[in-house]
Amino acid sequence: MKVLVTVKEVAEADDDFAIEGTDIAESDLEYDLNEWDDYAVEAAVQLAEAGIADEVVTVTVGPERAEETIRMALAKGADRAVRVWDDALDGGFADVASKVDLFEAVVDEEAPDLVLGGVQAADTGFGATGVALAERIGFEHAAVVNDLDVDADAGVAHVHRELEGGVEELTDVDLPAVLTVQTGLNEPRYASLRGIRQAQRKEIAAKDLADLGLEAADVESALTITEMYEPESESDAEIIEGDASESASRLAEVLRDKGVGA
Amino acid sequence: MSVLVAAEHRRGELREVSYEAITAGRELADARDTDLHVAVVAGDVDRFAEELNREGVDAIHAVADGEEFDHNAYQAAVSTLADRLDAGAVVTPNSVNGLDYAPALAEELGVPIVTDAVGIAYDDGLTVTREMYGSKVETTVDVAGDRFVLTVRGGEWPPAEGVGDATVETAEIEIPESGARVTGFEEVGGGDVDIADADVLVSVGRGIEEEENLELVEDLADALGATLSSSRPIVDNGWLPKNRQVGQSGKVVTPDVYIAVGISGAVQHVAGMKGSDTIVAINTDPNAPIFDIADYGIVGDLFDVVPELIDEFA
Repeated sequence: MKVLVTVKEVAEADDDFAIEGTDIAESDLEYDLNEWDDYAVEAAVQLAEAGIADEVVTVTVGPERAEETIRMALAKGADRAVRVWDDALDGGFADVASKVDLFEAVVDEEAPDLVLGGVQAADTGFGATGVALAERIGFEHAAVVNDLDVDADAGVAHVHRELEGGVEELTDVDLPAVLTVQTGLNEPRYASLRGIRQAQRKEIAAKDLADLGLEAADVESALTITEMYEPESESDAEIIEGDASESASRLAEVLRDKGVGA
Repeated sequence: MSVLVAAEHRRGELREVSYEAITAGRELADARDTDLHVAVVAGDVDRFAEELNREGVDAIHAVADGEEFDHNAYQAAVSTLADRLDAGAVVTPNSVNGLDYAPALAEELGVPIVTDAVGIAYDDGLTVTREMYGSKVETTVDVAGDRFVLTVRGGEWPPAEGVGDATVETAEIEIPESGARVTGFEEVGGGDVDIADADVLVSVGRGIEEEENLELVEDLADALGATLSSSRPIVDNGWLPKNRQVGQSGKVVTPDVYIAVGISGAVQHVAGMKGSDTIVAINTDPNAPIFDIADYGIVGDLFDVVPELIDEFA
Protein backbone atom coordinates (compact mmCIF):
# COMPACT_ATOMS: atom_id res chain seq x y z
CA MET A 1 0.00 0.00 0.00
CA LYS A 2 0.92 3.60 -0.50
CA VAL A 3 1.24 6.12 2.33
CA LEU A 4 1.01 9.86 1.83
CA VAL A 5 2.41 12.00 4.64
CA THR A 6 1.53 15.67 4.97
CA VAL A 7 4.65 17.52 6.10
CA LYS A 8 4.69 21.18 7.05
CA GLU A 9 7.61 23.47 7.54
CA VAL A 10 6.68 25.56 10.54
CA ALA A 11 8.07 28.80 11.86
CA GLU A 12 9.14 29.16 15.47
CA ALA A 13 9.60 32.57 17.04
CA ASP A 14 12.88 33.41 18.79
CA ASP A 15 12.69 34.27 22.52
CA ASP A 16 13.01 37.92 21.54
CA PHE A 17 10.95 38.82 18.53
CA ALA A 18 9.31 41.80 16.87
CA ILE A 19 5.90 41.91 15.27
CA GLU A 20 5.72 43.57 11.86
CA GLY A 21 2.18 44.17 10.70
CA THR A 22 0.24 40.96 11.26
CA ASP A 23 3.16 38.56 11.56
CA ILE A 24 6.41 38.06 13.40
CA ALA A 25 9.41 39.64 11.66
CA GLU A 26 11.00 37.20 9.23
CA SER A 27 14.41 37.68 10.87
CA ASP A 28 12.99 36.46 14.21
CA LEU A 29 11.63 33.18 12.83
CA GLU A 30 13.38 29.82 12.60
CA TYR A 31 12.00 27.18 10.26
CA ASP A 32 11.82 23.51 11.02
CA LEU A 33 9.87 20.33 10.33
CA ASN A 34 6.62 20.43 12.31
CA GLU A 35 7.13 18.30 15.41
CA TRP A 36 3.85 16.38 14.98
CA ASP A 37 4.66 15.63 11.33
CA ASP A 38 8.01 14.15 12.39
CA TYR A 39 6.04 11.41 14.18
CA ALA A 40 3.86 10.93 11.10
CA VAL A 41 6.94 10.49 8.90
CA GLU A 42 8.37 7.98 11.37
CA ALA A 43 5.10 6.02 11.42
CA ALA A 44 5.09 5.85 7.61
CA VAL A 45 8.75 4.79 7.40
CA GLN A 46 8.11 2.07 10.00
CA LEU A 47 5.22 0.79 7.87
CA ALA A 48 7.60 0.61 4.90
CA GLU A 49 10.25 -1.20 6.96
CA ALA A 50 7.62 -3.69 8.12
CA GLY A 51 6.78 -4.43 4.49
CA ILE A 52 3.28 -2.99 4.86
CA ALA A 53 3.86 0.17 2.82
CA ASP A 54 5.40 -0.08 -0.66
CA GLU A 55 5.90 3.63 -1.05
CA VAL A 56 5.99 6.66 1.24
CA VAL A 57 5.36 10.01 -0.43
CA THR A 58 5.41 13.33 1.42
CA VAL A 59 3.37 16.35 0.43
CA THR A 60 4.16 19.87 1.56
CA VAL A 61 2.48 23.18 0.89
CA GLY A 62 5.30 25.67 1.01
CA PRO A 63 7.75 27.85 -0.92
CA GLU A 64 11.14 26.71 -2.23
CA ARG A 65 12.68 27.46 1.18
CA ALA A 66 10.77 24.40 2.51
CA GLU A 67 12.88 22.00 0.43
CA GLU A 68 15.50 21.79 3.17
CA THR A 69 12.82 20.53 5.57
CA ILE A 70 11.43 18.18 2.94
CA ARG A 71 14.93 16.73 2.42
CA MET A 72 14.98 15.96 6.12
CA ALA A 73 11.85 13.82 5.76
CA LEU A 74 13.37 12.15 2.71
CA ALA A 75 16.59 11.50 4.64
CA LYS A 76 14.55 9.71 7.30
CA GLY A 77 13.24 7.30 4.70
CA ALA A 78 10.39 8.77 2.65
CA ASP A 79 10.75 7.78 -1.03
CA ARG A 80 9.85 11.03 -2.77
CA ALA A 81 8.12 14.33 -2.20
CA VAL A 82 5.57 16.66 -3.72
CA ARG A 83 5.85 20.36 -2.97
CA VAL A 84 2.90 22.57 -3.80
CA TRP A 85 3.31 26.31 -4.08
CA ASP A 86 1.91 29.18 -6.08
CA ASP A 87 2.19 32.96 -6.00
CA ALA A 88 -1.54 32.97 -5.18
CA LEU A 89 -0.69 31.37 -1.81
CA ASP A 90 1.95 33.95 -0.92
CA GLY A 91 1.28 36.32 1.95
CA GLY A 92 -2.27 35.26 2.79
CA PHE A 93 -3.49 33.12 5.68
CA ALA A 94 -4.78 29.94 4.06
CA ASP A 95 -8.00 28.61 5.53
CA VAL A 96 -8.64 24.90 6.03
CA ALA A 97 -10.73 24.53 2.86
CA SER A 98 -7.92 26.00 0.71
CA LYS A 99 -5.41 23.52 2.06
CA VAL A 100 -7.91 20.72 1.55
CA ASP A 101 -8.28 21.83 -2.10
CA LEU A 102 -4.54 21.42 -2.61
CA PHE A 103 -4.26 18.10 -0.78
CA GLU A 104 -7.33 16.72 -2.54
CA ALA A 105 -5.68 17.36 -5.91
CA VAL A 106 -2.51 15.58 -4.76
CA VAL A 107 -4.53 12.66 -3.37
CA ASP A 108 -6.27 12.36 -6.76
CA GLU A 109 -2.87 12.01 -8.44
CA GLU A 110 -1.21 9.77 -5.88
CA ALA A 111 -4.15 7.55 -4.85
CA PRO A 112 -2.80 6.65 -1.39
CA ASP A 113 -4.37 4.00 0.89
CA LEU A 114 -3.36 5.85 4.02
CA VAL A 115 -2.77 9.55 4.69
CA LEU A 116 -0.80 10.47 7.82
CA GLY A 117 -0.23 13.95 9.17
CA GLY A 118 0.46 15.65 12.47
CA VAL A 119 -2.42 16.55 14.79
CA GLN A 120 -1.62 20.22 14.28
CA ALA A 121 0.98 22.62 13.00
CA ALA A 122 3.08 24.16 15.77
CA ASP A 123 2.78 27.69 14.34
CA THR A 124 -0.90 28.11 13.49
CA GLY A 125 -2.25 25.38 15.79
CA PHE A 126 -5.47 24.78 13.84
CA GLY A 127 -5.61 20.99 14.08
CA ALA A 128 -8.32 20.74 11.42
CA THR A 129 -6.83 19.98 7.99
CA GLY A 130 -6.58 16.19 8.24
CA VAL A 131 -10.16 15.56 9.35
CA ALA A 132 -11.53 18.07 6.80
CA LEU A 133 -9.48 16.36 4.07
CA ALA A 134 -10.94 12.97 5.00
CA GLU A 135 -14.45 14.36 4.57
CA ARG A 136 -13.59 15.84 1.17
CA ILE A 137 -11.94 12.74 -0.30
CA GLY A 138 -14.35 10.23 1.23
CA PHE A 139 -11.77 8.52 3.47
CA GLU A 140 -12.42 7.35 7.01
CA HIS A 141 -10.46 9.17 9.70
CA ALA A 142 -9.28 9.31 13.29
CA ALA A 143 -7.84 12.36 15.04
CA VAL A 144 -5.13 12.46 17.74
CA VAL A 145 -3.77 8.95 17.25
CA ASN A 146 -1.10 7.83 19.71
CA ASP A 147 -1.01 4.12 18.91
CA LEU A 148 -1.17 2.60 15.42
CA ASP A 149 -1.33 -0.95 14.15
CA VAL A 150 -2.12 -1.38 10.47
CA ASP A 151 -3.61 -4.69 9.31
CA ALA A 152 -3.24 -4.29 5.56
CA ASP A 153 -4.81 -7.66 4.72
CA ALA A 154 -7.97 -6.84 6.65
CA GLY A 155 -7.85 -3.23 5.42
CA VAL A 156 -8.11 -1.87 8.94
CA ALA A 157 -6.02 0.45 11.11
CA HIS A 158 -6.33 -0.32 14.83
CA VAL A 159 -5.65 2.97 16.60
CA HIS A 160 -5.75 4.55 20.02
CA ARG A 161 -7.01 8.11 20.23
CA GLU A 162 -5.56 10.11 23.11
CA LEU A 163 -8.47 11.74 24.93
CA GLU A 164 -8.10 14.22 27.76
CA GLY A 165 -7.39 13.03 31.30
CA GLY A 166 -5.32 9.92 30.67
CA VAL A 167 -7.97 7.98 28.75
CA GLU A 168 -7.45 6.41 25.33
CA GLU A 169 -10.22 5.45 22.94
CA LEU A 170 -9.63 2.25 20.95
CA THR A 171 -10.96 2.51 17.42
CA ASP A 172 -10.87 0.37 14.27
CA VAL A 173 -10.69 2.51 11.16
CA ASP A 174 -11.33 1.04 7.71
CA LEU A 175 -8.83 1.95 5.01
CA PRO A 176 -8.43 4.14 3.09
CA ALA A 177 -8.14 6.58 5.94
CA VAL A 178 -6.62 9.83 7.15
CA LEU A 179 -5.03 9.65 10.60
CA THR A 180 -3.72 12.64 12.52
CA VAL A 181 -0.75 11.69 14.63
CA GLN A 182 -0.01 12.81 18.20
CA THR A 183 3.50 13.27 19.56
CA GLY A 184 4.75 10.25 21.46
CA LEU A 185 3.33 7.76 18.91
CA ASN A 186 6.86 6.50 18.25
CA GLU A 187 10.47 7.63 18.51
CA PRO A 188 11.28 9.70 15.44
CA ARG A 189 14.72 8.77 14.16
CA TYR A 190 17.56 11.10 13.34
CA ALA A 191 18.54 11.08 9.71
CA SER A 192 21.66 9.01 9.10
CA LEU A 193 24.52 10.35 6.98
CA ARG A 194 23.66 7.74 4.40
CA GLY A 195 20.04 8.82 4.51
CA ILE A 196 21.04 12.45 4.03
CA ARG A 197 23.18 11.53 1.00
CA GLN A 198 20.39 9.43 -0.51
CA ALA A 199 17.88 12.23 0.06
CA GLN A 200 19.85 14.47 -2.30
CA ARG A 201 18.95 12.17 -5.18
CA LYS A 202 15.29 11.73 -4.29
CA GLU A 203 12.64 13.53 -6.28
CA ILE A 204 10.87 16.66 -5.02
CA ALA A 205 8.18 17.41 -7.58
CA ALA A 206 7.20 21.08 -7.50
CA LYS A 207 3.63 21.81 -8.50
CA ASP A 208 1.69 25.03 -8.86
CA LEU A 209 -2.06 25.53 -8.97
CA ALA A 210 -2.25 25.01 -12.74
CA ASP A 211 -0.38 21.69 -12.43
CA LEU A 212 -3.08 20.56 -9.99
CA GLY A 213 -5.95 21.80 -12.14
CA LEU A 214 -6.79 24.58 -9.71
CA GLU A 215 -7.20 28.34 -9.99
CA ALA A 216 -6.42 31.18 -7.62
CA ALA A 217 -10.13 31.49 -6.80
CA ASP A 218 -10.10 27.92 -5.43
CA VAL A 219 -7.66 28.86 -2.71
CA GLU A 220 -9.12 32.19 -1.75
CA SER A 221 -9.16 32.24 2.05
CA ALA A 222 -12.23 33.05 4.15
CA LEU A 223 -9.92 34.05 6.99
CA THR A 224 -7.82 37.20 7.37
CA ILE A 225 -5.46 37.92 10.24
CA THR A 226 -6.22 41.51 11.19
CA GLU A 227 -4.00 41.94 14.23
CA MET A 228 -1.13 40.24 15.99
CA TYR A 229 0.16 41.27 19.39
CA GLU A 230 1.90 39.92 22.45
CA PRO A 231 -0.67 38.96 25.06
CA GLU A 232 -0.51 41.10 28.16
CA SER A 233 1.22 39.28 30.95
CA GLU A 234 -1.19 38.55 33.76
CA SER A 235 1.69 37.64 35.98
CA ASP A 236 1.64 38.65 39.60
CA ALA A 237 4.53 36.37 40.38
CA GLU A 238 7.22 37.51 42.75
CA ILE A 239 10.30 37.31 40.56
CA ILE A 240 13.22 36.36 42.77
CA GLU A 241 16.27 38.40 41.77
CA GLY A 242 19.95 37.78 42.26
CA ASP A 243 22.50 35.25 41.07
CA ALA A 244 21.83 31.52 41.24
CA SER A 245 23.02 31.22 44.82
CA GLU A 246 21.07 34.23 46.10
CA SER A 247 17.86 33.32 44.31
CA ALA A 248 18.10 29.66 45.42
CA SER A 249 18.57 30.82 48.99
CA ARG A 250 15.51 33.08 48.85
CA LEU A 251 13.43 30.35 47.17
CA ALA A 252 14.51 27.87 49.86
CA GLU A 253 13.17 30.31 52.45
CA VAL A 254 9.83 30.51 50.61
CA LEU A 255 9.62 26.73 50.29
CA ARG A 256 10.42 26.15 53.97
CA ASP A 257 7.65 28.60 54.85
CA LYS A 258 5.28 26.35 52.91
CA GLY A 259 6.50 23.35 54.88
CA VAL A 260 8.61 21.86 52.09
CA GLY A 261 11.61 19.80 53.14
CA ALA A 262 10.56 19.88 56.78
CA MET B 1 -30.12 32.25 11.32
CA SER B 2 -29.77 30.62 14.71
CA VAL B 3 -26.75 29.49 16.73
CA LEU B 4 -26.20 25.80 17.50
CA VAL B 5 -23.91 24.54 20.27
CA ALA B 6 -22.95 20.86 20.34
CA ALA B 7 -22.41 19.53 23.86
CA GLU B 8 -19.84 16.91 24.80
CA HIS B 9 -19.92 14.17 27.40
CA ARG B 10 -17.92 11.15 28.40
CA ARG B 11 -18.76 8.14 30.54
CA GLY B 12 -22.09 9.48 31.64
CA GLU B 13 -20.99 13.03 32.50
CA LEU B 14 -21.29 16.22 30.51
CA ARG B 15 -17.90 17.87 30.20
CA GLU B 16 -17.55 21.34 31.70
CA VAL B 17 -16.53 22.84 28.36
CA SER B 18 -20.09 22.12 27.14
CA TYR B 19 -21.41 24.80 29.51
CA GLU B 20 -18.60 27.15 28.48
CA ALA B 21 -19.50 26.63 24.82
CA ILE B 22 -23.10 27.57 25.73
CA THR B 23 -21.82 30.89 27.11
CA ALA B 24 -19.86 31.53 23.89
CA GLY B 25 -22.89 30.50 21.84
CA ARG B 26 -25.15 32.86 23.81
CA GLU B 27 -22.68 35.68 23.11
CA LEU B 28 -23.01 35.00 19.39
CA ALA B 29 -26.80 34.61 19.56
CA ASP B 30 -27.12 37.97 21.35
CA ALA B 31 -24.88 39.68 18.78
CA ARG B 32 -26.95 38.20 15.95
CA ASP B 33 -30.26 38.67 17.79
CA THR B 34 -31.27 35.07 17.39
CA ASP B 35 -32.02 31.84 19.25
CA LEU B 36 -29.51 29.54 20.91
CA HIS B 37 -29.99 25.84 20.27
CA VAL B 38 -28.02 23.08 21.99
CA ALA B 39 -27.52 19.59 20.55
CA VAL B 40 -26.69 16.59 22.70
CA VAL B 41 -25.86 13.32 20.96
CA ALA B 42 -25.62 9.81 22.44
CA GLY B 43 -25.66 8.61 26.04
CA ASP B 44 -28.39 9.44 28.55
CA VAL B 45 -29.72 12.29 26.42
CA ASP B 46 -32.81 12.96 28.57
CA ARG B 47 -30.73 13.59 31.70
CA PHE B 48 -28.15 15.53 29.69
CA ALA B 49 -30.91 17.70 28.18
CA GLU B 50 -32.12 18.56 31.67
CA GLU B 51 -28.61 19.46 32.81
CA LEU B 52 -27.96 21.57 29.72
CA ASN B 53 -31.08 23.63 30.32
CA ARG B 54 -29.20 26.64 31.65
CA GLU B 55 -30.02 30.32 31.41
CA GLY B 56 -29.91 31.62 27.86
CA VAL B 57 -30.64 28.33 26.10
CA ASP B 58 -33.77 28.47 23.90
CA ALA B 59 -34.03 24.90 22.73
CA ILE B 60 -32.31 21.57 23.32
CA HIS B 61 -32.25 18.80 20.75
CA ALA B 62 -31.57 15.30 22.00
CA VAL B 63 -30.30 12.70 19.56
CA ALA B 64 -30.21 9.19 21.00
CA ASP B 65 -27.57 7.07 19.29
CA GLY B 66 -25.17 4.83 21.19
CA GLU B 67 -23.53 5.54 24.51
CA GLU B 68 -20.30 7.36 23.77
CA PHE B 69 -18.82 9.76 21.24
CA ASP B 70 -18.73 8.55 17.66
CA HIS B 71 -17.58 11.12 15.12
CA ASN B 72 -19.86 9.80 12.44
CA ALA B 73 -22.97 10.13 14.62
CA TYR B 74 -21.96 13.56 15.91
CA GLN B 75 -21.28 14.89 12.43
CA ALA B 76 -24.54 13.51 11.00
CA ALA B 77 -26.62 14.76 13.94
CA VAL B 78 -25.13 18.24 14.12
CA SER B 79 -25.14 18.83 10.35
CA THR B 80 -28.76 17.69 10.09
CA LEU B 81 -29.78 19.95 12.99
CA ALA B 82 -27.78 22.86 11.50
CA ASP B 83 -29.78 22.47 8.30
CA ARG B 84 -33.15 22.11 10.03
CA LEU B 85 -32.53 25.05 12.37
CA ASP B 86 -30.79 27.22 9.76
CA ALA B 87 -27.90 27.49 12.19
CA GLY B 88 -25.37 29.81 10.59
CA ALA B 89 -23.05 29.46 13.55
CA VAL B 90 -22.10 26.08 15.00
CA VAL B 91 -20.01 26.02 18.19
CA THR B 92 -18.24 22.95 19.60
CA PRO B 93 -15.61 22.41 22.29
CA ASN B 94 -12.03 22.48 21.01
CA SER B 95 -11.42 19.06 22.51
CA VAL B 96 -9.87 15.89 21.15
CA ASN B 97 -13.35 14.74 20.17
CA GLY B 98 -14.40 18.17 18.92
CA LEU B 99 -11.44 18.13 16.55
CA ASP B 100 -12.45 14.62 15.44
CA TYR B 101 -15.65 15.86 13.78
CA ALA B 102 -15.94 19.67 13.66
CA PRO B 103 -13.54 20.05 10.68
CA ALA B 104 -15.47 17.40 8.72
CA LEU B 105 -18.73 19.12 9.69
CA ALA B 106 -17.47 22.48 8.37
CA GLU B 107 -16.35 20.79 5.16
CA GLU B 108 -19.75 19.09 4.77
CA LEU B 109 -21.59 22.36 5.43
CA GLY B 110 -19.24 24.23 3.10
CA VAL B 111 -18.40 26.88 5.70
CA PRO B 112 -15.10 28.08 7.18
CA ILE B 113 -13.87 26.71 10.49
CA VAL B 114 -11.88 28.56 13.14
CA THR B 115 -10.49 26.38 15.91
CA ASP B 116 -9.23 26.97 19.43
CA ALA B 117 -10.92 30.34 19.95
CA VAL B 118 -10.06 32.13 23.19
CA GLY B 119 -12.32 35.12 22.50
CA ILE B 120 -14.89 36.36 20.00
CA ALA B 121 -16.28 39.68 18.87
CA TYR B 122 -19.20 40.07 16.53
CA ASP B 123 -19.92 43.23 14.63
CA ASP B 124 -20.71 42.94 10.95
CA GLY B 125 -19.11 39.55 11.06
CA LEU B 126 -17.18 37.26 13.32
CA THR B 127 -13.74 38.15 14.66
CA VAL B 128 -11.99 35.41 16.59
CA THR B 129 -9.12 35.86 19.01
CA ARG B 130 -6.72 32.92 19.00
CA GLU B 131 -3.09 32.21 19.76
CA MET B 132 -0.27 31.42 17.38
CA TYR B 133 3.40 30.45 17.55
CA GLY B 134 2.95 28.31 20.65
CA SER B 135 1.06 30.96 22.66
CA LYS B 136 3.75 33.60 22.09
CA VAL B 137 1.29 35.89 20.29
CA GLU B 138 -2.42 36.45 20.00
CA THR B 139 -4.12 37.19 16.70
CA THR B 140 -7.51 38.42 15.65
CA VAL B 141 -8.94 36.59 12.66
CA ASP B 142 -11.81 37.97 10.58
CA VAL B 143 -14.15 35.39 9.07
CA ALA B 144 -15.74 36.20 5.70
CA GLY B 145 -19.48 35.55 5.41
CA ASP B 146 -21.99 34.85 8.16
CA ARG B 147 -21.78 31.08 8.36
CA PHE B 148 -19.02 29.23 10.18
CA VAL B 149 -18.02 26.49 12.61
CA LEU B 150 -16.17 27.64 15.71
CA THR B 151 -14.38 25.48 18.28
CA VAL B 152 -13.79 27.09 21.67
CA ARG B 153 -10.92 26.40 24.06
CA GLY B 154 -11.85 25.11 27.51
CA GLY B 155 -11.53 27.47 30.45
CA GLU B 156 -11.86 30.69 28.42
CA TRP B 157 -15.59 31.36 28.89
CA PRO B 158 -17.42 31.07 32.20
CA PRO B 159 -19.79 28.10 32.28
CA ALA B 160 -23.48 28.88 31.71
CA GLU B 161 -25.35 28.73 34.99
CA GLY B 162 -28.85 28.75 36.43
CA VAL B 163 -31.92 26.96 35.14
CA GLY B 164 -33.30 27.98 31.75
CA ASP B 165 -36.68 27.54 30.14
CA ALA B 166 -35.53 25.79 26.99
CA THR B 167 -37.83 23.51 25.05
CA VAL B 168 -36.51 19.96 24.84
CA GLU B 169 -37.10 17.98 21.69
CA THR B 170 -36.08 14.52 20.64
CA ALA B 171 -34.65 14.68 17.15
CA GLU B 172 -34.94 11.62 14.94
CA ILE B 173 -31.85 11.54 12.76
CA GLU B 174 -30.68 8.78 10.47
CA ILE B 175 -27.05 7.95 11.31
CA PRO B 176 -25.24 6.36 8.33
CA GLU B 177 -22.97 3.32 8.73
CA SER B 178 -19.46 4.23 9.81
CA GLY B 179 -16.12 2.75 8.84
CA ALA B 180 -14.62 3.83 12.16
CA ARG B 181 -15.77 1.78 15.17
CA VAL B 182 -14.98 2.49 18.80
CA THR B 183 -14.13 -0.82 20.44
CA GLY B 184 -13.26 0.29 23.97
CA PHE B 185 -11.39 2.58 26.32
CA GLU B 186 -8.15 2.25 28.19
CA GLU B 187 -6.96 4.09 31.26
CA VAL B 188 -3.32 4.99 30.97
CA GLY B 189 -0.81 6.27 33.45
CA GLY B 190 -1.38 3.75 36.19
CA GLY B 191 1.64 2.33 37.93
CA ASP B 192 3.31 2.60 41.30
CA VAL B 193 3.16 6.39 41.78
CA ASP B 194 0.09 8.58 41.71
CA ILE B 195 1.35 12.14 41.22
CA ALA B 196 -2.17 13.40 41.99
CA ASP B 197 -1.64 12.31 45.61
CA ALA B 198 1.59 14.27 46.13
CA ASP B 199 1.75 17.35 48.37
CA VAL B 200 4.87 18.66 46.67
CA LEU B 201 5.74 18.07 43.02
CA VAL B 202 9.00 18.84 41.26
CA SER B 203 8.01 18.88 37.60
CA VAL B 204 10.53 18.81 34.77
CA GLY B 205 10.17 19.99 31.18
CA ARG B 206 12.01 20.37 27.90
CA GLY B 207 14.57 22.70 29.50
CA ILE B 208 16.34 19.67 30.97
CA GLU B 209 17.63 18.99 27.44
CA GLU B 210 19.07 15.49 27.89
CA GLU B 211 17.88 12.29 29.55
CA GLU B 212 21.04 12.02 31.68
CA ASN B 213 20.28 15.46 33.19
CA LEU B 214 17.12 14.05 34.79
CA GLU B 215 19.27 12.97 37.73
CA LEU B 216 19.54 16.63 38.72
CA VAL B 217 15.79 17.05 39.20
CA GLU B 218 15.53 13.62 40.82
CA ASP B 219 18.08 14.85 43.34
CA LEU B 220 16.04 18.00 43.88
CA ALA B 221 12.86 15.99 44.44
CA ASP B 222 14.74 13.80 46.95
CA ALA B 223 16.14 16.80 48.80
CA LEU B 224 12.68 18.37 49.08
CA GLY B 225 10.85 15.15 49.87
CA ALA B 226 8.84 15.77 46.72
CA THR B 227 7.48 13.56 43.95
CA LEU B 228 8.81 13.88 40.40
CA SER B 229 6.43 14.71 37.56
CA SER B 230 6.89 16.17 34.10
CA SER B 231 5.46 17.94 31.10
CA ARG B 232 4.59 16.12 27.91
CA PRO B 233 7.89 16.16 25.96
CA ILE B 234 9.67 14.23 28.69
CA VAL B 235 7.11 11.42 28.44
CA ASP B 236 7.04 11.59 24.62
CA ASN B 237 10.81 11.02 24.69
CA GLY B 238 10.32 7.98 26.88
CA TRP B 239 12.43 9.48 29.70
CA LEU B 240 9.66 9.12 32.26
CA PRO B 241 6.58 6.87 32.23
CA LYS B 242 3.17 8.23 31.23
CA ASN B 243 1.91 8.20 34.84
CA ARG B 244 4.27 11.13 35.58
CA GLN B 245 2.73 13.43 32.98
CA VAL B 246 0.89 16.55 34.15
CA GLY B 247 -1.53 18.18 31.72
CA GLN B 248 -4.64 17.90 29.62
CA SER B 249 -3.83 14.41 28.36
CA GLY B 250 -2.07 13.35 31.54
CA LYS B 251 -2.99 13.95 35.16
CA VAL B 252 -4.63 16.98 36.70
CA VAL B 253 -2.75 17.77 39.93
CA THR B 254 -3.41 20.19 42.79
CA PRO B 255 -0.47 19.87 45.18
CA ASP B 256 0.38 22.35 47.93
CA VAL B 257 3.54 23.30 46.05
CA TYR B 258 4.30 22.77 42.35
CA ILE B 259 7.85 23.52 41.22
CA ALA B 260 8.09 23.79 37.42
CA VAL B 261 11.67 23.33 36.26
CA GLY B 262 12.38 24.15 32.62
CA ILE B 263 8.68 24.10 31.71
CA SER B 264 7.48 26.89 29.41
CA GLY B 265 3.82 26.45 30.40
CA ALA B 266 1.93 25.52 27.25
CA VAL B 267 -1.83 25.75 27.71
CA GLN B 268 -2.18 21.94 27.75
CA HIS B 269 0.27 21.73 30.64
CA VAL B 270 -1.25 24.62 32.59
CA ALA B 271 -4.66 22.94 32.38
CA GLY B 272 -3.23 20.14 34.51
CA MET B 273 -1.62 22.14 37.31
CA LYS B 274 -3.14 25.61 37.59
CA GLY B 275 -5.10 24.52 40.67
CA SER B 276 -1.91 24.05 42.70
CA ASP B 277 -1.79 26.18 45.90
CA THR B 278 1.68 27.60 45.28
CA ILE B 279 3.40 27.53 41.90
CA VAL B 280 7.15 28.09 41.53
CA ALA B 281 8.74 28.42 38.09
CA ILE B 282 12.41 28.25 37.10
CA ASN B 283 12.93 29.13 33.44
CA THR B 284 15.43 30.99 31.26
CA ASP B 285 12.79 32.73 29.14
CA PRO B 286 11.25 35.69 31.03
CA ASN B 287 8.32 35.64 28.57
CA ALA B 288 7.50 31.97 29.21
CA PRO B 289 3.75 31.65 29.93
CA ILE B 290 4.50 29.63 33.08
CA PHE B 291 5.35 32.94 34.81
CA ASP B 292 1.79 34.15 34.16
CA ILE B 293 0.41 31.63 36.62
CA ALA B 294 3.43 31.33 38.95
CA ASP B 295 3.46 32.76 42.46
CA TYR B 296 7.26 32.77 42.58
CA GLY B 297 9.63 32.81 39.64
CA ILE B 298 13.34 32.61 39.01
CA VAL B 299 14.43 33.76 35.56
CA GLY B 300 17.60 31.77 35.21
CA ASP B 301 19.33 28.63 34.03
CA LEU B 302 18.04 25.56 35.84
CA PHE B 303 21.53 24.05 35.65
CA ASP B 304 22.79 26.92 37.82
CA VAL B 305 19.81 27.30 40.14
CA VAL B 306 18.84 23.69 40.87
CA PRO B 307 22.23 22.57 42.30
CA GLU B 308 22.21 25.61 44.61
CA LEU B 309 18.67 24.76 45.70
CA ILE B 310 19.67 21.15 46.42
CA ASP B 311 22.54 22.47 48.57
CA GLU B 312 20.07 24.60 50.54
CA PHE B 313 18.17 21.47 51.55
CA ALA B 314 21.11 19.07 51.84
